[in-house]
Amino acid sequence: MVDVAVIGAGVVGCAIARRLTLDGARVSVLEKAADVLDGASKGNSAILHTGFDAPPGSLEQRCIADGYRQYLSEHAQLGLPLLRSGAMVLAWTDEEQQSLDALINKAHKNDVNDVKRLSAHEIQVAEPHLATHVKGGFRVPGEYLIDPWATAHLYIMQALANGATLQRNAEVVSGDFDGEAWCIQTTRGQLRARHVVTSAGLYGDRINQLLTGRRRFEIRPRKGQFVVFEKAASRLVEHIILPVPSATTKGIVICRTLFGNVLVGPTAEEQSSRDDASTERATLQTLRDKGIELIPALSGCEVTATYAGLRPATEFSDYQIDNDASQNYTSVGGIRSTGLSAALGIASHVAGLIEQQRPYRGQSIAEPLVPKADRLSNYHPRDWQEAGNQGVVCHCEQVTRREILAALNGPMPPATLQGLKRRTRVCMGQCQGFHCSAELASITQGRLDRPMTLSPES
Amino acid sequence: MTANNRQTDRTVACSVAIVGGGTSGLALATELKQLGIDDVIVIEREATAGGVPRHCGHYPFGVSEFRRLLKGPAYAQLLLDKARQAGVTLLTGTSVTALHPAGLLSLSDQDGPYQLQAERVILCTGTREATRAQRFLSGQRPQGILPTGALQSMVYLHGQRPFLRPVILGTELVSLSAIMTCRHMGIHPAAMLEENPQLIAPAWMRAYPVMRRVPVHLGVSEIHIEGRQTVEAVRFTDAHGNSRTIAADGVIVSGQFQPESALLRNSHLHICPNTGGPVIDQFYRSSDPSYFCTGNLLRPVETSAWCWQEGRQTARIIADELYSGSAPLSESTVGLVLDHPGLKFILPQQLRPSTRSHGMQQMQLRLRVPADGKLVFRAADDQLLWSGRLESLPERRILAPIEPMAEHARHANQGDTIRVGIEQSD
Repeated sequence: MVDVAVIGAGVVGCAIARRLTLDGARVSVLEKAADVLDGASKGNSAILHTGFDAPPGSLEQRCIADGYRQYLSEHAQLGLPLLRSGAMVLAWTDEEQQSLDALINKAHKNDVNDVKRLSAHEIQVAEPHLATHVKGGFRVPGEYLIDPWATAHLYIMQALANGATLQRNAEVVSGDFDGEAWCIQTTRGQLRARHVVTSAGLYGDRINQLLTGRRRFEIRPRKGQFVVFEKAASRLVEHIILPVPSATTKGIVICRTLFGNVLVGPTAEEQSSRDDASTERATLQTLRDKGIELIPALSGCEVTATYAGLRPATEFSDYQIDNDASQNYTSVGGIRSTGLSAALGIASHVAGLIEQQRPYRGQSIAEPLVPKADRLSNYHPRDWQEAGNQGVVCHCEQVTRREILAALNGPMPPATLQGLKRRTRVCMGQCQGFHCSAELASITQGRLDRPMTLSPES
Repeated sequence: MTANNRQTDRTVACSVAIVGGGTSGLALATELKQLGIDDVIVIEREATAGGVPRHCGHYPFGVSEFRRLLKGPAYAQLLLDKARQAGVTLLTGTSVTALHPAGLLSLSDQDGPYQLQAERVILCTGTREATRAQRFLSGQRPQGILPTGALQSMVYLHGQRPFLRPVILGTELVSLSAIMTCRHMGIHPAAMLEENPQLIAPAWMRAYPVMRRVPVHLGVSEIHIEGRQTVEAVRFTDAHGNSRTIAADGVIVSGQFQPESALLRNSHLHICPNTGGPVIDQFYRSSDPSYFCTGNLLRPVETSAWCWQEGRQTARIIADELYSGSAPLSESTVGLVLDHPGLKFILPQQLRPSTRSHGMQQMQLRLRVPADGKLVFRAADDQLLWSGRLESLPERRILAPIEPMAEHARHANQGDTIRVGIEQSD
C-alpha cells in the first residue's frame, strides 16, 4: 500500500508526485501511455509566465504566481535552464491600444508591478525587426523561456530518486474506496493507496466519473497548432511577443524557444477528440503568414517543425481543483495552458489541501536527491561542447551519442521515439531525421516499445 | 595541419578547409592536392566520408567521371580512395558548428569544440529533401514518416526495414528510386501520391511504378496522415474530388530537394531566396572572399557527375588564386535579376568584373512552370546581351553561356544589374 496514487504523468502529475514525495509520502504514479508527458504536456509554448494576465483572484492566478516564484527560487539547484526574455504585449490597432491600460491594471492587481508602458518608438528600438504598424504596448520583464520537457522530467525523476514509483502503460480501469483506502485496478495490475490524486488532463472528467461517480467538469479539448521556425530566425526577436487578448482567446504568440528556434502559435480550436492533435495545412499557412505579418523577415526563414497540442479546457474558466475528504480523493482538472508555469504552485496547493487528512506519516525529506536534468538549452552549455561526448549523432540539434545512451540507460528510459526526442531533441531539427534516422534506429535497436525498424521476420 | 597539438592550442590552421565530404567536396580536395596545394582538410561530420552516394544502392554513378558504371556506395568509395591517395586529410566525426568571417571555423568532435583558421573555406554541404513540416502536411505526427534519404540509409547502410506498406509522397526521380529501395528490403509501397496533375520524373522513368504495381494517384489534394503512435492510413482527395483512404504503416516524404544550408543560414554569408543556397559569383565565391561554395549546396539538386565537375572547377579557381598570383577579385559586382515569374533561379547570382580564365562557363537556370519562347539577358539600358531558344519544363537543367554577360560586367558600373527574362519567340 502506498500513501498516494497520482493518476496521470503530465507536468502537473509529475510536480504533484515530487511535492508529496519530498513531503514524506510514499507515492505511486500511474500513466496510461507508454511514456510520461504524452498528453496535453507534450505540446505547449514553453514559457514561464508571471501570470500578469490571469483573472485576478482566481485559483489559476494564485497557482501561477506561486509556481513562478518556486521555479525561480529552485531552478538553479535543480539544474533547470532558464532564459529571461521578457514579454511585450503589443497593440496593432487603435482599438487594441485602448485596452492596454486595463491590461496593465490587471497586471498590477496580480502583483506584477514591473510592467512598463512602451511607445511605438520604444518598441521599434527594442525589437527592430517588428513590423512598423505597431501602435504601442507594454513590457513584462519577468517572463522567461524554459524547457517544458526537461522540467517535467526532472520533477518525476526527483520523485523517483526519492522513493516514488512510476508505472507506465497502466491505464486505470476501475477503483474502489473502502472507507480507509483505495484499491485501483489498472491494465498493469492492482494498486492500494490511502489517497488518490487525479491529474489526468484530457481524461480528468472520465477518471473522476469512473472512480467517484461524479465528473466534476467536462473536458472540452482545445487544439493549438504551432509553426516552428529555424534557429536563424531567433536573431529576429528577443521578447515573447503577445497580442492584446480578445474575449475568447489569448491569441497568437511569437517567441523564441530555449532550443533556439522561433515559435508562432497557438490556435484555439474546440474539438471533441481528446487525442487527435492533427495539424492542417491551411491553418499552418495562416500561422506562418501571421508570423511574417508581425516580423516580415521571417519570410526568409525556413520552417523547422509543425505540431499541435491539446489543452484540457472545461466549461469553467478557472482551474478545477477539488478535494473530497470523505473519499480521500483529490481531482485536479481544467489546467488549460498555464500548467507548465503553475505546476509547482498546483502541487503545493494540492499538498495543502490533503494536509488535514495527512494520508502519509513520513517526515519530509531534509536533503532530497537531485537527479541530473536534461541539458538541451541552446543558450546554456551542451554535451557536445564537452570532451568524451562520443560524437554528434543528430547534427541539426547537436545531440551526442553519450546523451542518447544516457537517456536509454537512465532511470526512466524512453519507451518511444517521441519520448527519446523529448529527452534529447534527436530528429527535432531542420532535417527532421533525414541524416540521423538510420543511425538512431541502430542505437535504439531493442530499446523502444515501438522500434524504429521492424524485425527481419515480420 | 596541426590538429594533434590541440590539447595545448585550441586553434589549428590549414590552407584550405572543405566542409562536407560528399561528391563535390572529395573531388575538390583531390584536385587541389593534384594541383600542388599542401594543406587540404576535408571536414566530415559522419563517421565515414562519401556523402549521399553512400546510401544510393543503385546505378548509374561514375560513367562520365571515371568511365565506369558503379552503384552509389562503390562510387563513394572510389572518391574516398582517390582523395586518400592524393594525400587529403580527412577529419571525420567532426562537425562545423559556426562560420566566422575571414575563414575561421568553429569545430566540434568527440573531444569537444576547437577552432580552425583556413586561408580559404569551401562549403560543400550538399542537399536534402524538404521535410514534412516544410510542406505543411496535414495530419498527426506518428512514428514512421521518413524522407527518402533516411530510408536509403536505413536500407542500404544498416539493413533496416522501417515499414512494410508505406505511401510515397511525390513522383520525382528520387520517389521512383524509393520504390527500388523498398524492393531491396521486401517492402511494397501501397501507393504514390502526387499533387501535380502529372508525374514529375522524366518521361523515360514513368512506366516504372506501373511495372512495380504501385498505384499512382495524380492531382491529389488534402493529404492527411492518420495514426497517433504509428502511421495507420493516408487520406486524400483524388483528382475527381473523391475522398480516399489508403491503409499504410509508413510515409515516404520524397523529393523537393533543397540546399543543406543550415550552417550558412546561421552565418554572415548572404543567402539567395531563389535557390535556398549561397549567393555566389562566377568563381563560386560567396559574399565573404574567404568562403567559396560548390556542389549541390548551390541549388536544388544536380547529379553526382555534375557536382564532381563543379568541385574540380572550384579547385582550379582556388589553386589559381592561392598560388598563381591572380589579381584579387574586384569587390564590385553586377547582379543577375530574374525578370519573369516563370523563372525559379539563376546561378551564379552575380558576376564579378575579371579577366580570369578559370570560372563557370555556363549559367544554370530552372523554371517554375513550362516555358516556350526565348531566354534573354538584357543590360540596365535594355541592350540585348544574349538570347537563345527556351523550351523546357520545371525542374529541368537549363544552361546559357556566361561569357557575353561576363564581358558586359567588365565594363559595367557598380550596382548595375542584368535582367533575365523570357520573351516570345520571333
